[in-house]
Amino acid sequence: MLSYTLRTLMRMALTFFVIVTIVFFATRLSGNAVDFVIGDGMTTEDRDLLIKYYELDRPVLSQYFAFLRSFTDGQFGLSFIERRPVADMVLERVWPSTQLLLSAVTLTLLVSIPLGITAAIWRKSWIGSAVMVVAFLGYAVPNFVLAIVMVLIFSYWLNWLPVVGNGTAWHFIMPTVALAGVLIAALTRFTRNAMLDVLGQDFMRTARAKGLPESAVIFKHGLRNAGITILSVIGLQVAGLAASGSVVIESIFAWPGIGDLLVTSALRRDYPVLQFGVLTVAVAVIMINAAIDLAYAWADPRLRHSVKG
Amino acid sequence: MTYPAVPATSVPAAALQLWHSANIIQKAAIVIGLSLVLMALLAPLIAPFDPNSQSLISRLRPPLGLERAKAGYLLGTDELGRDVFSRSLYGLRLTLMLASLGAMLGLLIGGTLGLLAGIVGGRVEATIMAAVDTQIAVPFTLVALFLLAILGSSIEVIVLVLGLAGWEQYARIVRGEVKRLMNIPFIEAARAAGAGPLRIARHHLLPNIISPLVVQFTLALSNIVLLESTLSFLGLGVQPPTATLGSMVGIGRDYMPTAPWIVAAPATMILLITFAVQILGDWLRDGADVRLRER
Repeated sequence: MLSYTLRTLMRMALTFFVIVTIVFFATRLSGNAVDFVIGDGMTTEDRDLLIKYYELDRPVLSQYFAFLRSFTDGQFGLSFIERRPVADMVLERVWPSTQLLLSAVTLTLLVSIPLGITAAIWRKSWIGSAVMVVAFLGYAVPNFVLAIVMVLIFSYWLNWLPVVGNGTAWHFIMPTVALAGVLIAALTRFTRNAMLDVLGQDFMRTARAKGLPESAVIFKHGLRNAGITILSVIGLQVAGLAASGSVVIESIFAWPGIGDLLVTSALRRDYPVLQFGVLTVAVAVIMINAAIDLAYAWADPRLRHSVKG
Repeated sequence: MTYPAVPATSVPAAALQLWHSANIIQKAAIVIGLSLVLMALLAPLIAPFDPNSQSLISRLRPPLGLERAKAGYLLGTDELGRDVFSRSLYGLRLTLMLASLGAMLGLLIGGTLGLLAGIVGGRVEATIMAAVDTQIAVPFTLVALFLLAILGSSIEVIVLVLGLAGWEQYARIVRGEVKRLMNIPFIEAARAAGAGPLRIARHHLLPNIISPLVVQFTLALSNIVLLESTLSFLGLGVQPPTATLGSMVGIGRDYMPTAPWIVAAPATMILLITFAVQILGDWLRDGADVRLRER
């Protein structure tokens, strides 16, 4: 378990390093480096100071080391537009994004695990097919279409729900549902398939044969085994889907989160904010993945005990 | 992963056989898919108006059959008096074109890297697979946002970005299949007979990995359509006035309370494309997966 943890952490660090390197070369090689780090409207002294700090007058390689050093110094630059440290701008948006993400994931788990189990148990009857058709449709509906249809119905026509911001609990409903839509579709399908795999196993027949009630068979023997697969999917798929989804959803609902900030800064070409924002989300996703990886190993005794190095 | 042998002698006969083996939803998906492709191809012939020609007198007219509708504008007009039907057709054309170019580019990049990793092995393989792992770990929408912001939203950049979306899946699949096939005696026999790596790749490996690639291509296509639409919706894709389905939804959303028809047509088209492509992809995958067929 210890070596497995170490390996996961190593891989995490490596991924982060690769991403930082790609970000650096993508920004520096696509145009004038000065434009990416400095922006307009600065005094000559400030400009010279920044050029010196990032070693922009030196070869690319020393620029790269200066870029890496800037991370250890906590110097991520100033926003071109708002003239504030980008770290502040991004960090104040972490919590709203996290709130939205948590509520979407909670909704996803509450809906798709029961649905997936239902679809697996009654897979031959119309109930199973109905669930799968809904899951399929949910996967095909782009989240922005789902979002604007909800806005049209619940805000413009019925006047029930607010559209912009995150002021009250009512503000959470539409963004949460819009963000969870694809996740529910994905997780329902995975839960069903994972359950189907487990339902066909010998130990399920044994559990029934020794007279356990059907609910104990399904939940204790079925779900607990399928849960491991489901967990790994939550890590791999959900973290990525949610990060991509929240960019769109936050932008539609003007949710004050990182996704909204990323879209705005991409549209305004506010490079320092965009760069730091992308890195922050990437780090968050990598960390979630690593955490799920460890949870996966911990939940699966076969991995916990047998993996050496 | 092989298909059941199709004893058909001609392409039409094979197509007919496929059609008969489809269930009702799959048939619907085929019909929807083919009509969308046909509409996209024939857009210049069917579209009644130039998609970008404005007419300020006939702004925001509803579709035919509703009050205030204007003759000739089947699906109504948008905020600049452009014909929604014509714009949707051209938008569909552009969206499908960008998505297929992107999917093919992804197949090319990912397939080549996967082949290389599987055949050469060693450090090359380790490097490529590390790149694959990194790409999987980072949500691609972020990469796309970043690239479009620094490189600009020209058509070339968009195709490149769409091509980079999903290359890692092809690489993973091709490498896995190559690794599996390399252990099967016929490859060894070919090598013993003096075939070089290129010949082995072309004549012995590629024909055997076609079917999982076709499945992956279909699944990737719907993801790429969604990605393109999302980027255009956010205003980072193809720039106005050129219509893509996503940008029509993105701009039309501001007029939704009074003119929901601007959004309705392109949104429905996106939905139909992804739905049809996903059903077809899933059908192909089930056909290719022996384990599932037995279930």
